[in-house]
Parts: sequence; structure tokens; C-alpha cells
Amino acid sequence: MKKIVLTVNGEKRAIYVEPNDVLLDVLRDKLGLKSPKCGCERGDCGACSVLLNGKSVRSCLVFAIEVDGCEIETVEGLSQNGLSVVQEKFIEMNSFQCGFCAPGVIISTTELLRKNSTPTREEIQEALAGNLCRCTGYTPILEAVEKVSHDNKENHNHNINKLYSSSDIGGSDE
Amino acid sequence: MVVAHDFLYQKPSTLQEALNLREQYGKKSSLLAGGTDLLVNIKESRLSPDIVIDIKGVPELSILEKRDNSIFIGSAITFTELIESPLIKNSTPLIVEASHTVASVGVRNRATLVGNICSAVPSLDLGPALLVYKTDVVVESVEGKRVIPMDKWFVGPKKTALLDNEIVLGVLVEIPELKNGTSYMKLGRYSGEDLAQAGVGVVVSENFEYKIAFCAVGPIPKRALKLEEYLNGKEFIGLNDELSQIIQSEISPITDIRSSKEYRRHMVEVMVERGIKLALSRL
Repeated sequence: MKKIVLTVNGEKRAIYVEPNDVLLDVLRDKLGLKSPKCGCERGDCGACSVLLNGKSVRSCLVFAIEVDGCEIETVEGLSQNGLSVVQEKFIEMNSFQCGFCAPGVIISTTELLRKNSTPTREEIQEALAGNLCRCTGYTPILEAVEKVSHDNKENHNHNINKLYSSSDIGGSDE
Repeated sequence: MVVAHDFLYQKPSTLQEALNLREQYGKKSSLLAGGTDLLVNIKESRLSPDIVIDIKGVPELSILEKRDNSIFIGSAITFTELIESPLIKNSTPLIVEASHTVASVGVRNRATLVGNICSAVPSLDLGPALLVYKTDVVVESVEGKRVIPMDKWFVGPKKTALLDNEIVLGVLVEIPELKNGTSYMKLGRYSGEDLAQAGVGVVVSENFEYKIAFCAVGPIPKRALKLEEYLNGKEFIGLNDELSQIIQSEISPITDIRSSKEYRRHMVEVMVERGIKLALSRL
């Protein structure tokens, strides 16, 4: 067992892990974060996605011991001050059915919008290509992200910076 | 899924420490960079190392820089870092284009180019790009450094020239001197995430010197030397019977879960034609 220290959703946590503990299992079973889901376990489906130092990764393909000193965000963190703009739009557009893929999709979308607040349809498709959904046929998911992109274009820059800066990951009440 | 196999984990902070561990454990050691292949292989019991050596703490392996007329890409450099690098985009854009087709953003944020060539699967998307640029793989062991040209690197499906006590430091990719146009054509069952059914990489320089390489249509990624020789010095107009025959003689595809060999044979001709035309249009 080795002690690792990591920041999870803004909170510093110290835990003991074995070298072969997978990050997904540690997040779910040791840290109680159930939003990352266990789907394919080989990096294909994207259901286990979390943000590691701001970048989306497959938590099923990372050893927990590797993230010593790193920062991790899950959907629990993104919505700790209320639903994010992305989540609100997914609800409004009825983007999900069973919802199993939703946390991964929210993570990938958040990463995309923080880098590029007004992505094109093509950019959205590339960003979400690694999140498999077996219910919706993707259309309502892509449309929701497109809508956020469209709103951002209209809202303009200072609002956008406010919405997606990491200091205010919870989004606003708009 | 809990990983049942136990192993030691070491994250050396110097190259010397890493080389010593590699010397000590040899083929009982696995090197960990992005882990997107390694974890799957350990989970599915294809690999059961005594020790996993995480190379991400070794500073020399995280270097991405211009060295003389080449670019050095360290072993810990991810596909996302390559895609976002202005240096790569301006000097060897085919690497950016091919990297965009690897798996998905979430995998590319972690997976490395060097890890990709070490896995050496026949379908590896960066194979053609590294073959059409002149690329050397720089490896080191406690006995010293060694440089392996890209066309000697792949020795079979999932087999490379790397020895059990060696670590790849990175690859050196030569920047072409002449003005050139490039393209990577990837055939997948759907756009996004899929492994290649076939891949064709092309560099055409302004004096009509062609460099063309394939992946997923033979046991290893491979340059199409006969095809290049036929085309060199000529402006490409389109396919003809002779060209088709040469292309067919360069490839040896198999039928697998992703497509039949007949389909691959047919499509490679189409992809060569489109790839060359696209590369020429980018000259």
C-alpha cells in the first residue's frame, strides 16, 4: 500500500492504494464518487471519463498510483454549485434516455467548451467521438452542445469566461 | 474489474534509475507512459510484469523540440500534445493529421506516439507518417545509446527491434527540406474511434518525389518503394492498370473482424489515388 495525495473536486484527499488499483475503482469505491461509470473497461466507451489536470481521461485505463499529486474533477464537482450550463442544456433538450453515458459525455463536453467555447458541429463530433451512447442515436446530444455553442456566440466573451473558468466550474444561474 | 495481477510500481525521476531498473528486470518489466495499451494488456492477462516502470517522471522523455533539421518527440509526449504543437504543425503536419485519427480525445490525452509504435499493431495510424518522413527511433540501455531507423523498427505484428533492457528515449523525425504536401487516408467502419481497416500516408515534394506508406494492409506498416519509384519525377494524373498492379504487389492484407482482404485490396487503390491528389493540392 502506498499513500497518495490528490485533489478531488477541489478537496485534498489522502488515500492508500495498491499498484494495481485502477483509478475508476478507487474513485467509486474508496472516494464514493459514483458518476464515473464502469462500461467496457478497455477505453472504448468513455463512460468512465474524468478530468485529470483538466484533460479528459479514461479512468479505467489509469492506475490510481499514477495520479499522486494530481487534480481530478468528476461530474459531482462540476455540479457542486448547481447544475452547469451544459447539464441544463442536456436536460432542456432531453438529450439522454438511460443516462449511463451522460457523466462521460458531460466531462468530454466540459473539456471541449473550456478550450473552445464556440465549437462547430464537426469539432463537437470529434470531441464526443469517444463517448458511446446506445439509446439516443447521438442527435439530441450533439444538438444540445451545438445550442450551448450558439448561445455562447451570442452571449459574448466576458460571460463565457465566467461560465467556464475553473474557479467557477459550477456555472451560473442563467 | 479488479486487476488480479500484482506487480511493483516504480516511478524513477532520472533516466539512469529507469535504465537500471530495466537492466535488472528485463522482460519481467513493463514500461508505462500513457497506459492505454498496457492496462488493457494487464487486465486481459496478455502481460503480467513483475514491475511496472512509470517513465513519466524522467525529464528527458517529456521533451518535444527541434534538433538541427529534425524534431525530437520524447517517449512521454501524448497525441494531444502533438496535435496542439505549432512546431509539429508547421514542420511535419502529417503527424498532426494522423494523430487526429487515433482513437478519441480521452485516449489521445494520455496515449503517446512512442507507446503506439512500441505496441506495433499492424493498424497503427502513425506508422505511415513516421515512415514517409525519415524517422529514427532513439533507444538506450545501461550499455549505451542506439539508433534504429523506422524501417527496421517493426519486425512483426506487435514485435519491435527494442531489446528487453532498453528504453525508447524518443523518435527523431527529419523535417523535409523541399516544399511538400502531405495526406493521411484512413479507412474505418465509422468516423471516430475505430481502428484502421487500411491507412495510406503520402508526402509529395515540389519536384514530384513521392513517399508513400501503408498500415493495416500487411503484418507491419511499410513503405511502398516500388510504387514510389514508378511515380517519382512524374506528375500524378490518376490510376492505371500498371499502377494498380504495383499497388497490389506492395500489400498483403488479411481478412479479419474489421474487413475482408478483398475489400482492403480494392480500397487501398482508391485511397492511394485520393491521398496523392489531396497531398498535391496541399503543395
